[in-house]
Amino acid sequence: MNIVVAIKHVPSTADELEINDEGVNLDFDEVDFTINEFDEQAIEQAVLVKEASGGEVTVIGVDVIEELDGVLHTALAKGADKAAKIVGDLEPPIDSHTQARWLADAIGGLTPDLVLTGVQAVDDLDGQIGPMLAAYLDLPYVGVVTGLSVSDGTATVHKEYAGGVMAEFEVNLPAVVGVQAAEKPPRYAPISKIRQMAKSADLEEYEADENVGDSGCEIRKMAKPVSAGHAEMLEGDAEEVAEKIIEILEERGLL
Amino acid sequence: MSNDILAITEHLNGNVADISYEMVGGAKELAAGFGGQAIAIMLGSGMAEQAGTFASDATLYVDDPALAEFNPAAYGRVLAALVEEKSPRLIMFGNTSMGMDLAAWLSVKAGVPCVAYVNHLAVEGGELVATAQIYGGKMAAECVPAGDSAIVSVMAGAFPLDAGQGSTAAEQMASPVSLDDLPIRFTRLIMPEAGDVDITAQEKLVAIGRGIGSDDNIELAEELAEAMDAVLAASRPITDAGWLPKTRQVGKSGVSVKPKLYLMLGISGAPEHIEGMKDAEFIIAINTDADAPIFDVAHYGTTEDLFDVAEAMLEKLE
Ligand SMILES: Cc1cc2nc3c(=O)[nH]c(=O)nc-3n(C[C@H](O)[C@H](O)[C@H](O)COP(=O)(O)OP(=O)(O)OC[C@H]3O[C@@H](n4cnc5c(N)ncnc54)[C@H](O)[C@@H]3O)c2cc1C
Ligand SMILES: Nc1ncnc2c1ncn2[C@@H]1O[C@H](COP(=O)(O)O)[C@@H](O)[C@H]1O
Repeated sequence: MNIVVAIKHVPSTADELEINDEGVNLDFDEVDFTINEFDEQAIEQAVLVKEASGGEVTVIGVDVIEELDGVLHTALAKGADKAAKIVGDLEPPIDSHTQARWLADAIGGLTPDLVLTGVQAVDDLDGQIGPMLAAYLDLPYVGVVTGLSVSDGTATVHKEYAGGVMAEFEVNLPAVVGVQAAEKPPRYAPISKIRQMAKSADLEEYEADENVGDSGCEIRKMAKPVSAGHAEMLEGDAEEVAEKIIEILEERGLL
Repeated sequence: MSNDILAITEHLNGNVADISYEMVGGAKELAAGFGGQAIAIMLGSGMAEQAGTFASDATLYVDDPALAEFNPAAYGRVLAALVEEKSPRLIMFGNTSMGMDLAAWLSVKAGVPCVAYVNHLAVEGGELVATAQIYGGKMAAECVPAGDSAIVSVMAGAFPLDAGQGSTAAEQMASPVSLDDLPIRFTRLIMPEAGDVDITAQEKLVAIGRGIGSDDNIELAEELAEAMDAVLAASRPITDAGWLPKTRQVGKSGVSVKPKLYLMLGISGAPEHIEGMKDAEFIIAINTDADAPIFDVAHYGTTEDLFDVAEAMLEKLE
């Protein structure tokens, strides 16, 4: 089994997000980047499949902000065998269609049996790379997947719907699968192992093709959402806040 | 090129999903701005009756045994053919498990731009303006897709449900393309396991999110819930980590709840979570991030540390 996992670095939404001076994107100098949470799940799922069925896991990403190495090293420490990145004179934001084309070109050359992506990332508005990759590579795609096993050139996947309902599909390989959650929580990689990867690992590089067209989706304005209402904020220290919450609940007959 | 809008409806187990009606309602509103028709599209088998329940200007129902259950490969083939034939101004998908498999895929196949996560659509001077909710609901991005056709995937609740409900007779047709040799085969539906408490039936829920930090801290939340005569619910990261059973998950891929009280500890309020709890009668959110989107939905909030507040509440209740 030749498994490729596309992984991505995204702004951490736990932090305060600042808009850039043009008002069309985040100010990337002011945010921390972290691995997309669903990509961690995809890496774990890939390693689980490798452990069950044998093979090799390659992680690959478009190095949009030139800080992808750390993420690739972490993936290697978690059990990936090879890592690659797509590099060039890249100026964010780069739309998903363009990134998907670059990834498709590189991944196609790796002749994978299975391509995993995260189900989605929080940072872009023009859809998900997984189905786009599948479309460019002319492979089947199933997303929102929480379970995956492989035998005889077929993957059996569980796709989540609402309300805890799942559908089971059989998918001819090669295929692209968008992972929501791995069958087990992602394993932990000790810092020492990540450091060791940073010292010893070879990252293969692919040059981004600058002639690939864009998706025609330009953001003309980005701002914090205007909402119809806002919570009434309870002032005071934790003691006082706890007191107030209990009071409010008692008044409403909820305690 | 037409000025029509296609709303790609969904169903599961013979039931039309609410988002379908919401899209049809939204499509009707927009179609006037483009000077076209709002067309509901349904793919299925034996669904003729349900296909007649939309308030659309027209409904097209494609009936084929291979379309009985959602199948990304089969649905993709049919939709690509329909879009090529009709070249609509706009194609609407739900930002759902089904829509997410198709919208971006079709965007590449049809060579049409796509905007996901849309919660507002408008026509301004003949142009489509789509607003998407990104960064876990922390940012709103506005864009005008280039060209004369676009795909959007819309959030649940973006448009009112009732405007899309009606009784337009559906035109039924066979699949315009062969559905033989599909690379994906549906095998079965797996229903959720019963056994644990049913959080949809509870009056009071204490919901915990990633802010709870670790498995060891669940106990504190459990004690608080008990002291309040409430039951524990959770956001997705908590159930994915196995800290609480899947049956406790609220949201898009969990359950929708409408309790009298929803007390939230360390949940940011991502759109996928809000989808499942926005109709709770009374919502209190404890979250140290003053910008957390949950504060736009909650009735009361505090940016104090959840552990401090939970411990203080416990002490006072005991
Ligand atoms: C297809 C799909 C379906 C999904 N379905 C669901 C679903 O059904 N339900 C669901 O919940 N999610 C779902 N998600 C995931 C969703 O996108 C978010 O990732 C998730 O809701 C985030 O959970 P959270 O708020 O607990 O974590 P985070 O977003 O990480 O938020 C944690 C919050 O805790 C706060 N915090 C941290 N420490 C403290 C402290 N000491 N005191 C107070 N506050 C603190 C932080 O400020 C932060 O706001 C789905 C995603 C996809 C792609
Ligand atoms: N720049 C990228 N490099 C590698 N993989 C990516 C990149 N962008 C998106 N992906 C993959 O596509 C998935 C969906 O991301 P998105 O299309 O941004 O919602 C991610 O979880 C990754 O697996």
